[in-house]
Amino acid sequence: MLMMLSLHFAIAQTLHADPDNGGLKTPAGFGVIVVTPTLGKARHIVAAEDGTLFVKLRQLKDGKGIYMLRDENGDGKADQIKGYDNYGGTGITVYNNYLYASSDSSVYRYAISPGKDPINEKKREVVISGLPYRPVHEAKTITIDDTGKLYVNIGAPSNACQETDRTQGSPGINPCPLLETFGGVWQFDANKTNQKFTDGIRYSTGLRNCVALEWDSHSQQLYAVPHGRDQLNTLFPNLYTDEQNAELPSEEFFQLKKDGDYGWPYCYYDHFQHKKLLAPEYGGDSKTTTGCENKEQPLMAFPGHWAPNDLLFYHGTLFPEKYKHGAFIAFHGSWNRAPLKQGGYFVAFVPFKDGKPSGDWEVFAEGFSGGPEIKSPKDAVHRPMGLAEGPDGSLYITDSVKGTVWRIIYTK
Amino acid sequence: MKKHFFYITICCILLTSAIPLSLAQQEQIDPGKSVYEKHCLSCHQADGSGVPGMNPPLSKVSWVTGNKTKLIQTVLNGISTPLEIDGEVYHNPMPSHDLLSNQQIADVLTYIRSHFGNTANAVTAAEVKKVRGK
Repeated sequence: MLMMLSLHFAIAQTLHADPDNGGLKTPAGFGVIVVTPTLGKARHIVAAEDGTLFVKLRQLKDGKGIYMLRDENGDGKADQIKGYDNYGGTGITVYNNYLYASSDSSVYRYAISPGKDPINEKKREVVISGLPYRPVHEAKTITIDDTGKLYVNIGAPSNACQETDRTQGSPGINPCPLLETFGGVWQFDANKTNQKFTDGIRYSTGLRNCVALEWDSHSQQLYAVPHGRDQLNTLFPNLYTDEQNAELPSEEFFQLKKDGDYGWPYCYYDHFQHKKLLAPEYGGDSKTTTGCENKEQPLMAFPGHWAPNDLLFYHGTLFPEKYKHGAFIAFHGSWNRAPLKQGGYFVAFVPFKDGKPSGDWEVFAEGFSGGPEIKSPKDAVHRPMGLAEGPDGSLYITDSVKGTVWRIIYTK
Repeated sequence: MKKHFFYITICCILLTSAIPLSLAQQEQIDPGKSVYEKHCLSCHQADGSGVPGMNPPLSKVSWVTGNKTKLIQTVLNGISTPLEIDGEVYHNPMPSHDLLSNQQIADVLTYIRSHFGNTANAVTAAEVKKVRGK
């Protein structure tokens, strides 16, 4: 307790929110510091035990795909930035003093050592290679549980498993053959090197693309917020209006169970009807639930197309009690709500108790896009992408457009 | 005073009808715009700016303003491999739109070649027919 108090004291002494709050709006008592402004096309982020940050980039910047950020003088700004290794990707996490990072077909790891250069790219180890890759929904996001099980998102390279993707009149393939090797979360061993795809087991299926995938060490459960399918209105104009498509299907928040089937591509969730409905490619008419009775239900549902791109369970003591063990979700922001105005582009908070939401979601941090209303995604100045918790309980957020990294502190 | 009011009213009517309405009428009679809104807008967006990392922009890119044959083939056959434009890679496939008529394809291509900051010349139904027949 004394240590905690002194930590709080140290933060209050040395950290000050930026005068413009990093361009973001946060609840009263919180403040924002821009750690670094333009790192590149940032994806996920993780904080090591000593507070060193590692950010994965989708495309290389100056030939490097992983960036280390350190704040040596304690003002919250990165004053040491160094790039490592030569592949783009999304996933990054820390386990057992190793840094794990993913390309779109492999997972690698690096031993973390103290000192100036925490990882050595020449000593990278292959944890898994040969993961199924097609250039759509290709991000292999990763999370590791307390027993060393490594979970990998293998997104479906398809919108709704039609014979011809995203083509009006093309039927859904039944059964969808993609589900054998895509559209789920696979489980591997974080402590083994040189695993192949066939060494993993399909842990959960019917998940279109779980960019937001996270093990919660408090409830000891695995969670995901997959991206729901697109284009109900353009593929089925006789069943869905532009207004309905802007809200549907819901973005679903799941607790993942072994062998659970979450519905894609056969079923989707409608948060107005509170039901899993049969997808129109499989004979659905926006009302029928036939065939969806045994699909897993969401813990919570959000409006469509917001693109949940990271999930973080907060276990720190810096933020007020209500945030403890709750979930932050980075909504990257929509494109398929067009022609209606876009949605998402903020970080939400969901309070949790006993591993389940204990109240409604709320907007936690907003203002990323730089305007009150976004018509096209290209207009967004920033888009929230990755989330991490620092050892002091600060929340870090990355931006996929310019690569800004923000640190959110509590100052009251 | 009454006379003044009358002239002002007339001026207002003339202004509103002469300038904005004629623009609106132009848009209304642009058949390419309605094809665009129905078949293209959801991915390429109302302003042709596309979606970073997913759907390519149509604004000021040579793919749209350059070779017409390649552009017509894109609409007819779709594209299934990622495209790189100005250092950004776009991953979503483009579905085939060969169910559209030659005239509809000509209209929508003429529309995208002359909007979103583009100033390329029109595409004709005959040109689409020629490419489709190949």
